[in-house]
Amino acid sequence: MKTIVIGVIGADVHAVGNKIIEYTLTNADYNVINIGVLSSQEDFINAAIETAADLILVSSLYGHGEIDCRGMREKCIESGIGDIFLYVGGNIVVGKQDFQQVLDTFYNMGFNRVYPPGTPIDNALADIREDLGE
Amino acid sequence: MANYLLIDFGSTFTKLCAINTEAEDLIETASDFTTVDSDISIGYYKALNKLFKKIGNKLEFDQVIACSSAAGGLKMAAIGLVEELTVEAAKRVCLGAGAKADLIFSHHITKREAKKITEKNIDIVLLAGGANGGNKECSIFNAEMLGKAGIKIPVIFAGNKEAQDEIEEIYEKYDMDGHICENVMPKINILNIESARDKIREIFLKKIIEAKGIKQIESDIDQVILPTPNAVLEAAKLLSEGYLTEKGLGDLVVLDIGGATTDMYSICNTTKRSDVLINGLEEPFAKRTVEGDLGMRYSAPGIIKSLSKEEVEFINLEKQVDIEREVCNRYTNVKCLPKNAHDEFIDQFLAEICAYRAMHRHCGRIQEVFTPMGVVYNQTGKDLSNIEYVIGTGGVVINSKNQDKILMRTTNILHNKAELRPLRPKFLIDKKYIMASMGLLSQREPLLALKILKKYIQKIKVK
Repeated sequence: MKTIVIGVIGADVHAVGNKIIEYTLTNADYNVINIGVLSSQEDFINAAIETAADLILVSSLYGHGEIDCRGMREKCIESGIGDIFLYVGGNIVVGKQDFQQVLDTFYNMGFNRVYPPGTPIDNALADIREDLGE
Repeated sequence: MANYLLIDFGSTFTKLCAINTEAEDLIETASDFTTVDSDISIGYYKALNKLFKKIGNKLEFDQVIACSSAAGGLKMAAIGLVEELTVEAAKRVCLGAGAKADLIFSHHITKREAKKITEKNIDIVLLAGGANGGNKECSIFNAEMLGKAGIKIPVIFAGNKEAQDEIEEIYEKYDMDGHICENVMPKINILNIESARDKIREIFLKKIIEAKGIKQIESDIDQVILPTPNAVLEAAKLLSEGYLTEKGLGDLVVLDIGGATTDMYSICNTTKRSDVLINGLEEPFAKRTVEGDLGMRYSAPGIIKSLSKEEVEFINLEKQVDIEREVCNRYTNVKCLPKNAHDEFIDQFLAEICAYRAMHRHCGRIQEVFTPMGVVYNQTGKDLSNIEYVIGTGGVVINSKNQDKILMRTTNILHNKAELRPLRPKFLIDKKYIMASMGLLSQREPLLALKILKKYIQKIKVK
C-alpha cells in the first residue's frame, strides 16, 4: 500500500477540504497520513520520512501558498527524500493571476503537480494513480 | 504487626523509611551517605542503625524493598529517525522509565556514535525509528551498526514493527542481548510508552541492579523493584489520581532538586482548552523531564553555564558573592552541607535557578497565529497553567528556610505569556522525603501509600 502525507500548510486553518481529501484517498486504498492544519514544511517532511511516504500533498486555501511552499523541494533533498512526489492545490495564490504563470512558479519550485482553485479531488486522484503506478 | 522497610539508594544519600501497615502510618525515616564505590551495605547499615536509634528498638520487617539511582542512575541511549518524532518519543520513554537519556542519536548512526555507547557506560540502548508500515531501513541499518560495534549491553527495539524480523536476525547474527517490543510511535505524533517502559523495568530488575553494585546486599533486602525517578513518578501519579475510595489531589507538578539532576514531573492532560490547536508529538499524561546540567553538587557548574557572562557578573555584584567559586566548591566537595547562613543563601539561590530553568524546559508554549480567519492559538508541549499543586522535594527544597521562594520560581514570575507555567498553584512540601518510598509502596499497597502521602505532604504558607 502506497503512503501519502496530506495537510494544510502555513498559518492556514481550513480543515474541511483536508477531511474530504483524507476520506477520498483512504477509500482509494492509500495509506493516508493526515498531519492536519497549521503544518510547517518540516512537519510534512518529518512525517514523510518516518512513514516512508511516496507522495506529499500540500493544501493551501488562504492565498499564501507561494511563500509557504518556497524551498520545500530543497528541504526534501537535504532530508534524503529528494525524489518524493510533491503536489499542491487549493487557493494557492491571491487575486486574478494568470494561472499558467502560477503553474510555472510552482513547477520551478520543484512541485510535480499543481492544481487551480476548484479542482475536484478526483482529478488529483487520477494523477496519483498514474504517478504511483496503482 | 506487618512492617515495611522502604529503601531509596540515591546518588548521594541512602534513605530509609519504615512503615507500619496496621497503624497505616509512617514509623520513622533515616538516611546516611550512599557508599556504592566501596560496599553499598556500609551506608545502608549506618542508616539502618540510625533508624533503630530513632525508633528506640530494633524492628523486624516483613518486607524490605528498594529503589535505586545510585552509581549514576540508569543510563540509556535513545536512537530514532527524525529528531522531532521517533527520537523524541524514544527519549520520553527513557525518562518515563526513570532513566537518563545520556546519548541521543538520530538518522543513521556512525561508527563513532556506536563507540560512544561503550565509552559512556550506557546500561541499555533503546532503538526506535519509523511509524508502523513506514521507514524500516534506518533502524535495520542502526541495529547492524550496533552489532558490528560489538555492543553487548541490552538493546530494545521499539520501532516500525515491520522491521522486527530483520532486527531479530541481526540480534542472532551478532549474538546480541536483544529485545523486541511495541513501537514507541506507531502512528505519526502518537506516543506509545508502556510496552518499552515495561521492558526497561524488566531489564533493570534482571541485570542492571547487579552492575550497579546493589546485588551485594540482596540477601538483606527482598527486592529492588524500580529506578528511583520511576518510583517518584508512580507516587506523583497516585497522589494526583487517587485510588478507589481515597480521592487524589488533581493536576499537579513535582519539582525534585537533587545533587546531580533537577527532575520535573507533571501529571495532567496536554490542555483543558478547546480553542487551541495542538502541534507535535503527543504528550504523556504523566510526564517527567530531567535536567542533567542542573543540580546542587555534581551538576552545580551547569547552572553557571546556563547563564551568560553578564548575568554571572550581575549576580556577583548584586549579591556580593563570587558565584563561580561557590559553585566550584560544591562541585569538588559533593558531600558538603550548608554550615552557615552564607552557605544557605548560596544553596537557596542555586535552587531557585534550578527551579526556574527546569520549568522553562518542562512546560509547553503557546503562540498566537494571525490568520485570515482571525487569531488562532497554537500550542506545543503541556499547558500547566491550571495546575492545582506544585510539590517540592529533594534535600535542598526540604531543608530550605524559604521553600516558597524556590517553588514560586516554577510559576510565571516573569510574565512571559508564551510559557504555559502554573499560574496560581498551591505549594506543598514532601517534608519527610517519602515520595520515592511511597512510589515503591504503591506497587504493593497503593491505598496505604496514598494515605501516607496525603498525610505527610503538607501545604506551606507563602510568605
